[in-house]
Amino acid sequence: MVRTHVLICGGTGCSSSKSEEIMSVMEAEIAAKGLSDEVKVVKTGCFGLCALGPIMIVYPEGTFYHSVEVSDVAEIVEEHFLKGRPVERKVYHEQNDADVHHATSLSETSFYKKQKRVALRNCGVINPEIIDEYIANDGYQALGKVLTEMTPEQVIDTILASGLRGRGGAGFPTGKKWQLARILVPDADQKFVCCNADEGDPGAFMDRSILEGDPHAVIEAMAIAGYAIGANQGYVYVRAEYPIAIKRLQIAIDQAKEYGLLGDNIFGTGFSFDLKIRFGAGAFVCGEETALMTSIEGNRGEPRPRPPFPAVKGLFGKPTVLNNVETYANIPQIILKGVDWFTSMGTETSKGTKVFALGGKIQNTGLVEVPMGTTLREVIYDIGGGIPNGKKFKAAQTGGPSGGCITAENLDVPIDFENLMAIGSMMGSGGLIVMDEDSCMVDIARFFLEFTVDESCGKCTPCRVGTKRMLELLDKIIEGNGTLEDIDKLEELANYIKSASLCGLGQTAPNPVLSTLRYFRDEYIAHVVDKKCPAGVCKNLMQYKIVEDKCKGCTLCARKCPVNAISGTVKNPHVIDPAKCIKCGVCISSCKFGAIIKE
Amino acid sequence: MISLADLAAIREKMKDKVVIREGSAQTRVVVGMATCGIAAGARPVLNAFSEGVNKEGLTDKITVTQTGCIGICQYEPVVEIYEDGKDKTTYVKLTAEKAERIIKEHLIGGKVVAEYTIGAIEK
Repeated sequence: MVRTHVLICGGTGCSSSKSEEIMSVMEAEIAAKGLSDEVKVVKTGCFGLCALGPIMIVYPEGTFYHSVEVSDVAEIVEEHFLKGRPVERKVYHEQNDADVHHATSLSETSFYKKQKRVALRNCGVINPEIIDEYIANDGYQALGKVLTEMTPEQVIDTILASGLRGRGGAGFPTGKKWQLARILVPDADQKFVCCNADEGDPGAFMDRSILEGDPHAVIEAMAIAGYAIGANQGYVYVRAEYPIAIKRLQIAIDQAKEYGLLGDNIFGTGFSFDLKIRFGAGAFVCGEETALMTSIEGNRGEPRPRPPFPAVKGLFGKPTVLNNVETYANIPQIILKGVDWFTSMGTETSKGTKVFALGGKIQNTGLVEVPMGTTLREVIYDIGGGIPNGKKFKAAQTGGPSGGCITAENLDVPIDFENLMAIGSMMGSGGLIVMDEDSCMVDIARFFLEFTVDESCGKCTPCRVGTKRMLELLDKIIEGNGTLEDIDKLEELANYIKSASLCGLGQTAPNPVLSTLRYFRDEYIAHVVDKKCPAGVCKNLMQYKIVEDKCKGCTLCARKCPVNAISGTVKNPHVIDPAKCIKCGVCISSCKFGAIIKE
Repeated sequence: MISLADLAAIREKMKDKVVIREGSAQTRVVVGMATCGIAAGARPVLNAFSEGVNKEGLTDKITVTQTGCIGICQYEPVVEIYEDGKDKTTYVKLTAEKAERIIKEHLIGGKVVAEYTIGAIEK
């Protein structure tokens, strides 16, 4: 009789810190202690708190272990599973008030308390490789309900009424998309349902986590979409660098086929639906819908002009619905729990929840799901645990290389599609990169632009040539050779590229530059007029100096300097030769007296 | 191909096996499993409780879990039952057979088995 379930995260993050090995050692230890019949080890998807991985939860108590190492396993098995004493030093303690509050249970932590897990509801709860566990949590009930009790029109009406909008970035109403694909070409002989799992934004990994943690939710939703629009074939386009997601999705598809939940005549209703996986080679542009479909067709992944939209001429020229992984993950629950339940979450125009991938200068790096309308402050400080090392918040980048930054004065804006657009950013896929006072906004803009220059497919000139010219202007500014006219030119060029590019990649590529110009123009001006980088990031615009009064002449920095740029004699102040200095920062970190400064 | 009824059957069968992960049960049966408890025979008691609770289909309402030494080692195996809005009940010197009776009379019937409680022994 199993009395204890040990859930160990098998997501990509925790797998890279040996969760698989921990699992096998744990099973061996449990067997050695004769507990195999009482304690069950379950591999799950991502819990979200990736910064503290490998994560392990022990039910029924809900004890939350973090940073578990192989060497801890024997102790946990002996002390906790056998004797019932949780191993305190490995139990999660709240970062902010470790002395006062002592959270042992997952749901008690402030990281989870404010979250509302809808798309991620099964991630970290079920074993994604066992279809029965998904079924136990109401899996495939929604498909059954749709096929036996609802007409395709009713399904579409339900999704329309729920107000669900695409979670991949643009926020197009999902119900509308399905409706168009159903009605626009009434005599189509073939239609397709596609899933966009070509997650490309730097720092975003919610789609991967859903496929790894709850692949059946996506499969079920795609079958529902197929029924709604009249398609019997689906494709999941997933990037090849997500091997765990691909493996689990394939296992899930095989299991669903075995049960007849995919294939011919599902539930004996006459409805048939089949699903195939197609791998992407990792090009960012293939996340754009027309490029994605071109790639599935076997051609080079390049976008094409719209219209015709995919609902009319999509994959192989047939009407096609293409939704993002997170969007699909919401569908079965909307069908089962109803429109009222879904619309009770969120804001006027944006219903439901959104998953964000927290990254950058934040305490709790990981994946969080919050109702739309939650403020950035709540996400960063209450859930994310704030900025490490007592640094000050400067800005957060949402929407990755297509989005923009949100500054401190907008921290209390409720997050939804419209509000983010209004402050010059965008929802995007949900990457959220936090920057503190040590981040240079010009450098950040350059980082994202360099990414889009690399990823531009080259089909249209504004994107191919324009973004490259923008990057050159930014390089000029960062190197200290920029002028005020360069800033104006940058802005002008950005606006041309935005309006003239063929696809979403080019149309949004200038956004990081435009939004940093909007909120941090003074930093750009400091770079070109004062020739200074206020955050001390841009190497060409700063120098390392030794403060004479503070230097004790210990010679440590001179010995550490890799290019021998520091000279001086024992017990006398040292000097850095700016011509030799490569600004690596080794001297600052080695000086015990704080005598070296950047300026 | 499975039918809707088959799907419901799988769901029912599996539900008991994953409900433990919700941690939502209101009643907690806590078995003392320190060295003293194990030596006195707490393991069969723990197994009797977890099997009994499962057999009666109460896994969504009752959690069976272990704890360390409660401090009254001479009375082991000790089991404490926590219920919402009620006083904690402490059972002492249990065996698997006594556990079955507690499941039937206390956990299902709602009536404390007074003769096994610490109060009865101390008198």
